[in-house]
Amino acid sequence: MSDVDQPAPAREIRERFGFLRRSYAMLIKEFIQLKRDRVSFAMIVMLPVMQLLLFGYAINTTPHNLPSAVLLQEDSDLARSILKALENTAYFRFLYEVHDVEDFDNLLKSGKVLFGVEIPRGFERAVRRGDRPALLVAADATDPVAASAAIGSLGMVVQTALKHDLYIGNPPEMPFEIRAHARYNPAAVSSLNIVPGLVGTILTMTMLIFTALSVTREVERGTMESLLSMPIRPVEVMFGKIIPYVLVGFVQAFLIIGIGVGLFGVPVLGNLFLLALLSTLFITTNLAIGYTISTLVQNQLQAMQMSMMFFLPSILLSGFMFPFAGMPAWAQYVGECLPLTHYLRIVRAIMLKGATMQNLHFDALALAVLMLLAMTIAVTRFRRTLD
Amino acid sequence: MSGGNGIAIDVKGLTKSFGGREVVHDLSMQVKRGSIYGFLGPNGSGKTTTIRILCGLLTPDSGEGTCLGFDIRRDAEKIKRQVGYMTQRFSLYQDLSVRENLEFVARLYGLRDARGAARDMIKRLGLSGREEQLAGELSGGWKQRLALGACTLPSPKLLLLDEPTAGVDPKARRDFWNEIHALAADGLTVLVSTHYMDEAERCHEIAYIAYGHLLVHGTVEEVIAKSALTTYTVTGEDLNELTPALTGKPGIDMVAPFGTSLHVSGRDVAALETSIAPWREKSGLRWHKSSPSLEDVFIELMSRSKDNFQ
Repeated sequence: MSDVDQPAPAREIRERFGFLRRSYAMLIKEFIQLKRDRVSFAMIVMLPVMQLLLFGYAINTTPHNLPSAVLLQEDSDLARSILKALENTAYFRFLYEVHDVEDFDNLLKSGKVLFGVEIPRGFERAVRRGDRPALLVAADATDPVAASAAIGSLGMVVQTALKHDLYIGNPPEMPFEIRAHARYNPAAVSSLNIVPGLVGTILTMTMLIFTALSVTREVERGTMESLLSMPIRPVEVMFGKIIPYVLVGFVQAFLIIGIGVGLFGVPVLGNLFLLALLSTLFITTNLAIGYTISTLVQNQLQAMQMSMMFFLPSILLSGFMFPFAGMPAWAQYVGECLPLTHYLRIVRAIMLKGATMQNLHFDALALAVLMLLAMTIAVTRFRRTLD
Repeated sequence: MSGGNGIAIDVKGLTKSFGGREVVHDLSMQVKRGSIYGFLGPNGSGKTTTIRILCGLLTPDSGEGTCLGFDIRRDAEKIKRQVGYMTQRFSLYQDLSVRENLEFVARLYGLRDARGAARDMIKRLGLSGREEQLAGELSGGWKQRLALGACTLPSPKLLLLDEPTAGVDPKARRDFWNEIHALAADGLTVLVSTHYMDEAERCHEIAYIAYGHLLVHGTVEEVIAKSALTTYTVTGEDLNELTPALTGKPGIDMVAPFGTSLHVSGRDVAALETSIAPWREKSGLRWHKSSPSLEDVFIELMSRSKDNFQ
């Protein structure tokens, strides 16, 4: 402390543009903190890439090597060729061949197999007589997606097998009804629908968590006390904390869409600028909601839990996992209150259908309203004192 | 701006409760501009709460007053512009460097040329060469200095320092106090809370607060005089036996060992002298009457206030 006695040079204080200046100070600070937080920084890139690859490659709604059992009550050529045909599809893998109903039930109950085919006694004879006998199928419907797709494929497979094996000539009518159930066609098409949906879900998850932790982190680290003693207003704190992450969200959206187009051949039929604009709106809405959560809770753990409370219905009720139109009315009302619902419509419409603003103004407006609502709550809830 | 009467802080009847427990009770105080005002008292006595009320971080349940001429209830925003508050716990950003922390503060207060202001402050604090070090990696003393630098950066008129030297080594403490005196000489008003008696003695005025009550205030001499305490200092052998023998005797309010001597104090001189009479003549013990130290006064106040308020 050699120059202790030198007075600090008095510096002029600018009064104008105080709002922008203070928001900017906050923004720079948040950027530096984000840059320092290597793990968070890595997650920004890793999360979308990992999710996209998992959904695109690993998660396939068409079944593959489904562990199956067969209950053979007659040992006929027709029965054998049906089984062969089923195995040839690669959908099923017959692990067990049983002759007793109880064994069959136990296999399904224990989860050793997810799928069972029962060929009843006198099956072949009944077919030849043209009696349209029942080929009983039992599927473990705890995984409805796999089960329904498997059942759907079954009809066709058996049909084909019968056609080849019935050397007595084609019967006038098919011995089985064809019921094609496949919810998604081949894998490429399912990722068509999933990539745009993933843009929305990944953004919801990351944006929410980033801002949900922001205020509580300051409180827990003790920096809030110092921040509150400085002349900064709640709305300035909010903008300073939200804006850096708009950029982060933008990078993520770009990554997901880029990989979707490059790896999975998802088209972007609509206007890229419109997509970017509405994505920014969606990102900001989520950040505002996360920030609101941050002002409502006491610590970071609560913030995480509350984010999950919001994230779960977003995934389930937005139309990402299950078709929106299939939900009961009350669930649709809840869904309409979630930003993800509106964004999914926007992003799917722009990417896959080439929609324009005229088609989307309702959903865009809904996002804007939700954003303003969240921001208003956040600013009024922000505690300016430590009381 | 401060009403022209040379008073920086003027508050009356401040009361604040948390969850039904009164932390500050009917507290009134005046702090002269340009003075260093020491705030003393045991842990949990309401020092931090009072400081937070003064800078607008807490609203008092009742009471009123002004800080730099601004109403503490209505003008919190204006007060914040001119008050530098140094929190008890280090509250700058640990994951920001020294320079980034100072630039953040400079930008927030709207200083022209935030970078230049931060650079000057780094030089002034003697932190050159450490400007890119993360604040969280600094040692206790350097953190202290940085925190002081950050709250003096926007040239405040009043500094509120909450136990600024807790856990700092003696050399750093002395430097810190030299800096505070230099700032006060420039016209800055400083309110500082502390547990250290040597620091209290470096204040122009002190106040003692216990269990939310401001018990005594004034200059160090005034506080000692007001205590009306008489102290005898005993030196010699077998002081350890003397302590239990004297404790609790009529007129003896406090027996406290100070290194190789023992301070025996009481407010009733006559009773005190009667009680110690049997030991006065004992060989090996040397008694002499002295004025009590500030510490004697405070410990006595603390033990007395405990009886009254707990």
